Amino acid sequence: MPKKVAMTGNVAVANAMRQINPDVCAAYPITPSTEIMQQFATFVSNGKVDTNLVTVESEHSAMSACIGACAAGGRVMNATSANGLALMWEMLYIAAGNRLPIVLSCVNRALSAPINIHGDHSDSMGARDAGWIQLYAENAQEAYDNTIQAVRIGEHFDVRLPVMSCMDGFIISHSIENIEVLDDDQVRKFVGDYRSPSPVLLDTDHPATYGPLDLQDYYMEHKKAEHEAIKGAKKVVLEVGKEYGKLSGRTYGLFETYKLKDAEVALVVLNSAAGTTKVIVDELRKKGVKAGLLKPRLFRPFPYAEYAAALKNCSAICVMDRADSFGAAGGPLFSEFRSALYDAPSRPLMINKIYGLGGRDLGLNDIRKVYAELIKSAESGKIGKLYEYITVRQ
Amino acid sequence: MAVLKLKELSNKQDLLTGGHRMCAGCGAPIVVRQILLAIDEPVVVANATGCLEVATTIFPYTAWKVPFIHSAFENAAATISGVEAMYQSLKKQGKYPAGKKVKFIAFGGDGGTYDIGLQSLSGALERGHDFMYICYDNGAYMNTGIQRSSATPFGADTTTCPAGSVVQGKPQNRKDLTKIVMAHNIPYAAQASPHAWKDLMGKVQKAMAIEGPKFMNIIAPCNRGWRTQTNDAIALSKLAVNTNFWPLFEVEYGKTTINYQPKKNRTPIVQWLMPQGRFKHLFKPENEWMLAKFQEYVDDNWRSVVKMHNDSNPGNQIDPEEGKTW
Repeated sequence: MPKKVAMTGNVAVANAMRQINPDVCAAYPITPSTEIMQQFATFVSNGKVDTNLVTVESEHSAMSACIGACAAGGRVMNATSANGLALMWEMLYIAAGNRLPIVLSCVNRALSAPINIHGDHSDSMGARDAGWIQLYAENAQEAYDNTIQAVRIGEHFDVRLPVMSCMDGFIISHSIENIEVLDDDQVRKFVGDYRSPSPVLLDTDHPATYGPLDLQDYYMEHKKAEHEAIKGAKKVVLEVGKEYGKLSGRTYGLFETYKLKDAEVALVVLNSAAGTTKVIVDELRKKGVKAGLLKPRLFRPFPYAEYAAALKNCSAICVMDRADSFGAAGGPLFSEFRSALYDAPSRPLMINKIYGLGGRDLGLNDIRKVYAELIKSAESGKIGKLYEYITVRQ
Repeated sequence: MAVLKLKELSNKQDLLTGGHRMCAGCGAPIVVRQILLAIDEPVVVANATGCLEVATTIFPYTAWKVPFIHSAFENAAATISGVEAMYQSLKKQGKYPAGKKVKFIAFGGDGGTYDIGLQSLSGALERGHDFMYICYDNGAYMNTGIQRSSATPFGADTTTCPAGSVVQGKPQNRKDLTKIVMAHNIPYAAQASPHAWKDLMGKVQKAMAIEGPKFMNIIAPCNRGWRTQTNDAIALSKLAVNTNFWPLFEVEYGKTTINYQPKKNRTPIVQWLMPQGRFKHLFKPENEWMLAKFQEYVDDNWRSVVKMHNDSNPGNQIDPEEGKTW
């Protein structure tokens, strides 16, 4: 029977990994994800898992070892943050291009410089074009649930892509929550045995070449195949989310809406800040304001039609970005949503706020102010600034 | 361990097939074929980005008749670590045929090993994976067009330290990778050369019988980068050994043994330098000091290898000056 346990986001993910029991993991420490592999290492040391833990000398080697291990023919997981993810950058693309369903827990943290260990989304947002499926989590429960589902999504024969499961550094990774944990047997049955649709390296009777030189005559076909695979992953995310719902009582879709159906003003918020936003939505609803929230779960692939359909009836929305895309016309999340709504028959007024960089707190009053601005825009039909930093010294 | 007889070896299947696109006269595929021929067990290969990789795996073709993975330039050792880790894991869990033994080899050029891949190699050696790392050392980044690496010999003309009116080729001596590897205290490390095929293949067989990390540094002449003829690879390998530029030795559990000592045929380094176009500026009268310096580097290195040998072999002492006529 599933049971309620108090644990941090990191410990929740480590426990999901214990239950998944991957064949190989790589470990290299970086705050705030360190605790995941640290906790997992105690499972290894105490025989709670069969995993061969490769304690590499860098994140680059961590992802390289994961690539070798996955191509060898088994289930592989890993965790990192910020600069660690940045050091893996080259290998992220190679994992995806080789169609290896590695699962990586990304505990979101600000990228240097200046060096900062706290949560923002600059790490995973920077990796958004690497060909990885990206799932985001509001809290430890979702991080736990996403970790388990990530295995099934990435390994699905219609997908065969690596999956990045993200949660906010410190805010979630280091905060203790009551979460519901499935039985070990339930998880092992849900993820099943690792299978590969093509010969693996350890199948020495069927020698396969991984990572060949691919020139003008075939490279594009392979990239097209990758493109189709990640597009098709949306369907698999939904299937797996539904099946997981039957198992756990928690069904997952592409995103969560909160009082959005009839909303006139809405925020789009990723990860932990969505929880804070819900408080303000409730407050505004009590005052008779039709406020709502959309919390994306799946960012890659970006289900643009579904996102547009969910937001098209709003009068004004604000996309909240916890990362900047320096020099662009807004943060990374904003650009995607703005593009998604371009073809909608009716589209809301849209603004973008950059918030929470380097772990800067986003308080209730900060969110109140954003809704107030949206209400004003909805009435006047005009926006103020298209995008700007908030909660920052001017 | 199979006995190395040419007749029997000629009947074995080549696991790197012909038809690949390595340059005519390249030393690297000779090295690879000798290694693969020496091993009887199934082998999985990881390869760093470089000539060997790009010229043997042009999609949709592959020259490899063994499972092969290339992932990037600086990480062949980390990649094979992962492959070997999966093998150990599946074996322990009973998910892999119980009696089946697989061998793991990573190949990298000198750029991918001495330079960009050094950290990855060091990590894999320290962790003690059961694999063999082969560095085929042709003394520069040949794949990208002959740029200097930390394995490039002193004075060599490369495209990033071209011999000009002020700079006379590479100003620095080469890094001693084999000694760096030895500092990891792994069970087996060796230097070899493709002209001495029996020595090379014997070392591979000896290494493969040992569990844990193994390393071989193998000289692999590159006629494009060395500016030599396409039929020079074996002759230049031999000269590299007889000049003591490339001593043949092995280190087993810390015990160093010189496998071949040039005595009567000990040759001054100029004999190896002269046929190579990359050193032609060293023969200008004003650069005579560079030839002397090069010889000094070679002699110093030989003395240090001999010292390691003599320290390990009290009953078999070598005189480092033997055969020296200059």
